[in-house]
Amino acid sequence: MGKMSFGDAIESALAQAMADDPRIVVFGEDVPMLRRNLFVRFGARRVIGTPISEGAFVGAAVAAAMAGLRPIVELWMVDFVSVAIDALLNHAAKVRAFSGGRWNAPVVLRAACGGGYGDGGQHEQSLWGWLAHIPGLAVVVPSTPADAGGLMLAAIEHDDPVIYLEHKLLSTEWLDHLGGARRKSVSFDVPPVGARGPVPRRWKPVPLGRAASRKEGGDLTIVSVGVGVHRALEAARQLARQGVSAGVLDLRTVSPLDTEAVCEAVSRTGRMLVVDEDYEGFGLSGELAAIVLEAGIAARYGRVCTQDTIPYTRDLENEALPNVQRIVDAALQIVGSRG
Amino acid sequence: MSPDLWFLYRQMLRSRLFELAVTRLWNEGKISGEMHLGTGEEAVVAGVVAHLEEGDAMALDHRGTPPLVMRGVDLVLLLREFLGRPDGLCGGMGGHMHLLSPKHLAASSGIVGAAGPAAAGFALAAQRLRPGTLAVAFFGEGAMNQGMLLEALNLAVAWELPALFVCKDNTWSITTGSQSVSGGTPGGRARGFGMPVIEVDGIDVEAMWKAAREAVQRARRGDGPTFLHACCVHLEGHFLDDALVAAARHPAREMLPIAWPMARSFLRMRGAPLKERIASLRAVLATLVGAARDLSAAQERDPLKRARHRLASEPERLQSLEAEVVYEIQQTVEAALLPA
Repeated sequence: MGKMSFGDAIESALAQAMADDPRIVVFGEDVPMLRRNLFVRFGARRVIGTPISEGAFVGAAVAAAMAGLRPIVELWMVDFVSVAIDALLNHAAKVRAFSGGRWNAPVVLRAACGGGYGDGGQHEQSLWGWLAHIPGLAVVVPSTPADAGGLMLAAIEHDDPVIYLEHKLLSTEWLDHLGGARRKSVSFDVPPVGARGPVPRRWKPVPLGRAASRKEGGDLTIVSVGVGVHRALEAARQLARQGVSAGVLDLRTVSPLDTEAVCEAVSRTGRMLVVDEDYEGFGLSGELAAIVLEAGIAARYGRVCTQDTIPYTRDLENEALPNVQRIVDAALQIVGSRG
Repeated sequence: MSPDLWFLYRQMLRSRLFELAVTRLWNEGKISGEMHLGTGEEAVVAGVVAHLEEGDAMALDHRGTPPLVMRGVDLVLLLREFLGRPDGLCGGMGGHMHLLSPKHLAASSGIVGAAGPAAAGFALAAQRLRPGTLAVAFFGEGAMNQGMLLEALNLAVAWELPALFVCKDNTWSITTGSQSVSGGTPGGRARGFGMPVIEVDGIDVEAMWKAAREAVQRARRGDGPTFLHACCVHLEGHFLDDALVAAARHPAREMLPIAWPMARSFLRMRGAPLKERIASLRAVLATLVGAARDLSAAQERDPLKRARHRLASEPERLQSLEAEVVYEIQQTVEAALLPA
């Protein structure tokens, strides 16, 4: 086991898959330069630049997948999926249902997501709940380099559309690029074990829909995804100093959701706190409450999410995105109200 | 009527020095996120904005600073917005890519091509509510591959909207050469929708002013939209600290971290045949060399240099104009940095 950065792990898994399966093609804006390492190995027939035409090239990826290719189509940021949403909402997600299960679209849409570097509310959204709302789309949000590679492999092998989201605070290449992080005058709250960590020698798929327990705890279960997992772990360390034992469950995929793992953990602690960088209303945090209720588990519940449009200015942005202090406060509130 | 080059040069210089001040503040870490400058496209913007009047609207892209500076937005408010201050133009909520000024009917967006539909909507409101006024869209040639912009061109023709579609063509779609991913030409496409097209040298502010005047007059008369295709340059790449620009400018320092992983990947077993690999490697190198060449050529085609050259016959007047603008921007920066 060596160590790799989050971005290198994705690229390494991608390269392994591309070497194994000649049907895999990668395309998107600027891809020959952005993915130049893949470009010089696999050539211009498999690593393809596109015009700034998301509607066309995401739509083309869906149909190319239906006709036998395994496309991995890239957007610079998930915010830009708005321009291509028809291809996902009305086509990719519907192929299997409309064909009565006779046809499928094994396409992966890869995009950078998330905030924490002051780029404003049109370039820092998470949107995983918004996308997972659509039946037929799987949504993957890794939080470590090992999962980043393993989930990429699983996404490629999946026979239906997968949205693969890499958080910009974990992918330092994106942070350098979009946050101007090479400036010595700026700093970002990058979770170190998320940005760089151990990876296997040869990639194996990490199955979709399987959560991972990052920390066991008896008083409270914090459920999160992406960078939120690392914020939750930091909060759990602080809570431990106050005598509260908080477990942290990393969902890893928003859809399919590992309802079993969530219900199992919450039924043990009786308390669930959701930490979700996506919007609070009508999203993942509410969904998690619903599955716990449906399972007949009586639990205290709280959530720390992004409630409104993400402000540009760093101070307000830090308040708007789930931060450690907000998580600790919310956890203490739930735990304090026991019995 | 002929253009007032002194006025146009002043506007271009105000924008340039404002953006240079922004660059310094960004490098100092006082401005966050991406920073897309409009340096190199000032002549295109100055030539158009000089014709705008009360009630005219502007739909802007991610390089919205020059149009707002030239339209008369309070520079202190603007800079405070970049600094993310609650007393900024948008309360620190928008930042440089999402600038909105209702007073100037000006709205920017970081979504490529979004200026097209926005200009169509502004123009529709102009047609119904403020006859004689118009809307301008500013966008790059990269945006001409975005469906919503092409649809907006058609809409503007179908509805005979009082609109100007200004295509600032710097030949680069982020780090991809636009020609390599585009069919036809921007002007040819607009013509295909039946829209009058003016091809103009976007480095020459006087030519821009004349072209824009014709288009503005057509719109105000109620004779429908015009497409201005203006070739210009980029002095700073896609955004500040663009990796491509950095590699092109400082190959000794920047190339190794790029070249090493690329060389390793190039040599890996299992992949494309060697011929294809070599072609890809060549393409990457050609992009880097092309960027370096374009950057140095761009300095030669700096629109401010062009205008300044024409004003050099009156050195004293030129000097005092420049001193005034330098002073204005210095004062702006000082005022913007004062505590709220």
